[in-house]
Amino acid sequence: MADDKSNAAEYWKANVRLIFGCLVVWAFVSYGCAILFRPLLASIPVGGTDLGFWFAQQGSILTFIVLIFFYAWRMNKLDQKFGLGE
Amino acid sequence: MSQFAINLLFVGASFALYIGIAIWARAGSTKDFYVAGGGVHPITNGMATAADWMSAASFISMAGLLASGGYANSTFLMGWTGGFVILAMLLAPYLRKFGKFTVPDFIGDRFYSNTARFVAIVCLIIASVTYVIGQMTGAGVAFSRFLEVSNTWGIWLAALIVFLYAVFGGMKGITYTQVAQYIVLIVAYTIPAVFIAFQLTGNPIPMFGMFSTHTESGIPLLQKLDDVVSALGFQDYTADVDNKLNMVLFTLSLMVGTAGLPHVIIRFFTVPKVSDARWSAGWALVFIALLYLTAPAVGSMARLNLMTTVYPEMAGQVENYEEAAQTPILYEERPDWFRTWEDTGLITFNDLNNDGRIQFYNDAADYADRGWEGNELTVNNDILVLANPEIANLPGWVIGLIAAGGIAAALSTAAGLLLAISSAISHDLIKTMINPNISEKGEMLAARISMGGAILLATYLGLNPPGFAAQTVALAFGIAGASLFPALMMGIFSTRMNNVGAIAGMLSGLICTLLYIFTYLGWFFIPGTNTLANTPDNWILGISPLSFGAVGAMINFIVAFAVSSVTAKPPQEIRELVESVRYPKGAGTAINH
Repeated sequence: MADDKSNAAEYWKANVRLIFGCLVVWAFVSYGCAILFRPLLASIPVGGTDLGFWFAQQGSILTFIVLIFFYAWRMNKLDQKFGLGE
Repeated sequence: MSQFAINLLFVGASFALYIGIAIWARAGSTKDFYVAGGGVHPITNGMATAADWMSAASFISMAGLLASGGYANSTFLMGWTGGFVILAMLLAPYLRKFGKFTVPDFIGDRFYSNTARFVAIVCLIIASVTYVIGQMTGAGVAFSRFLEVSNTWGIWLAALIVFLYAVFGGMKGITYTQVAQYIVLIVAYTIPAVFIAFQLTGNPIPMFGMFSTHTESGIPLLQKLDDVVSALGFQDYTADVDNKLNMVLFTLSLMVGTAGLPHVIIRFFTVPKVSDARWSAGWALVFIALLYLTAPAVGSMARLNLMTTVYPEMAGQVENYEEAAQTPILYEERPDWFRTWEDTGLITFNDLNNDGRIQFYNDAADYADRGWEGNELTVNNDILVLANPEIANLPGWVIGLIAAGGIAAALSTAAGLLLAISSAISHDLIKTMINPNISEKGEMLAARISMGGAILLATYLGLNPPGFAAQTVALAFGIAGASLFPALMMGIFSTRMNNVGAIAGMLSGLICTLLYIFTYLGWFFIPGTNTLANTPDNWILGISPLSFGAVGAMINFIVAFAVSSVTAKPPQEIRELVESVRYPKGAGTAINH
């Protein structure tokens, strides 16, 4: 029982760590590259405009998709590793 | 065949499809009615979620918002997609594991309080009802433009169709019609976009075409657009925004609002497993992105097309914009689509300097030296997507497709919202709070009656839109983001959060957000009653009332933790409940209690 509990706690910790990592990327591409750091990326041209603009209208959405699938894939691995899957 | 007949054929065929699905997918139990039996495949659910999520606003208005606002309105693109990342990681899998039917179910059980449940029901109903008004009016506009019926008939027709499949099929009927509606709307959105991207840039993929070379002038399309609009005194399409704080907070408000909107959350209760809920969120975003990645291309290309329609000389120019601006088209020679939309009042022309030509420019700019006496043309943003096929001279069947697509977008979102409203009434209010002894049959009947009632209310509000209909974004997202999202998240991620803390947090987030919105947009949205003028100078720290949802959410978190830390710990069984939602093991399909 005690093992079950610490196993479950480990699983939850790993999940929270993974979420934190994903959300750092999530915030970096949208609030970072697309908004706050846009002036810093102004020198990188993308089709008639700059990289920050591309992130705002395309790049962040593409990154979001990758993030969700990455999270789902990693969590499936964690479910198996800790024996907590369905 | 006339255009009217083509439109009728496309819209009629799509309706026949929805009704066919409704007959096939009748709900036999409350589980069918609330969560489609709990056996929906994650990809199917992703597609249904995409249709559920993409409303008349996404289909009709977003490209127009991007066309007029350019980079500044990227907030909508990022906000309405980024919310799915937090939904997938912070809410959906755990709420699926919890395994009940509604959002107030979780809040009421987790915070062991019917007060919390009631606050959640009220928030859900206000957010969903304001949201549904826009869907009904959107459907009305699409009907009246394409089927030549009055707006009133259009709204009644929309209500009848939704009634047929939502009342009989519940979530089951809604799920499979949403899948069909997604296919209709994405095909309708993509085909004209592909044609236009190919015409302007030679690249048929809109999201790439947008960043390619404009064929006629040989310079990049976005640079071309910037040159054209700035020659007419408008802001550059790609211009940066000064108020970054507001832009960040607005995007964040849309994201937490998206994650907290009940009609989206309940879609994830329909999949068989916790892992399916995660995959399904990814698929939903893929299907949403197909439209959202295309929207900025449609916006920028439609804007350029519109400009070069009025100023034909500008299309091939590389530098002599000043000269090209001298020769806008004669009003007498305007294209046919221009005349069609003039009839609807969404395009208006007023020849201020009586030269017979259409001077279309930013009214705030002074071009007296060009002999211009004011902007003479107003074009409603909402027509860009609907008029796109006509502007690009596409065949009649594409226009029929757009008609069916716009109506599909409005109906699919309306149905999802109506289900969220009716299940909050029949399940949370009647079954859980008022009469726990109600039979399965009785609850089904209650669910169907409340669905019917919700449709009548939505129809009434669609026919008589209250003054605040235009403020639904602020209201629905503000409420969902500032009250529901933080409560749900804390319920999962904090075992210590207790009933008093959660209720205090929800109420303070909700009240602060409403106070801020009312201060600038009018008390209870009654025009003229606002305490301060809604201008950036008056906003606290430059935060617009639309962006306040994120601040409200932070207030909610802070108050909840502060109050919770000085009041009693939640009982042991609640801590066990929180533990259980965290681990997928042992999840059955959604169950009744």
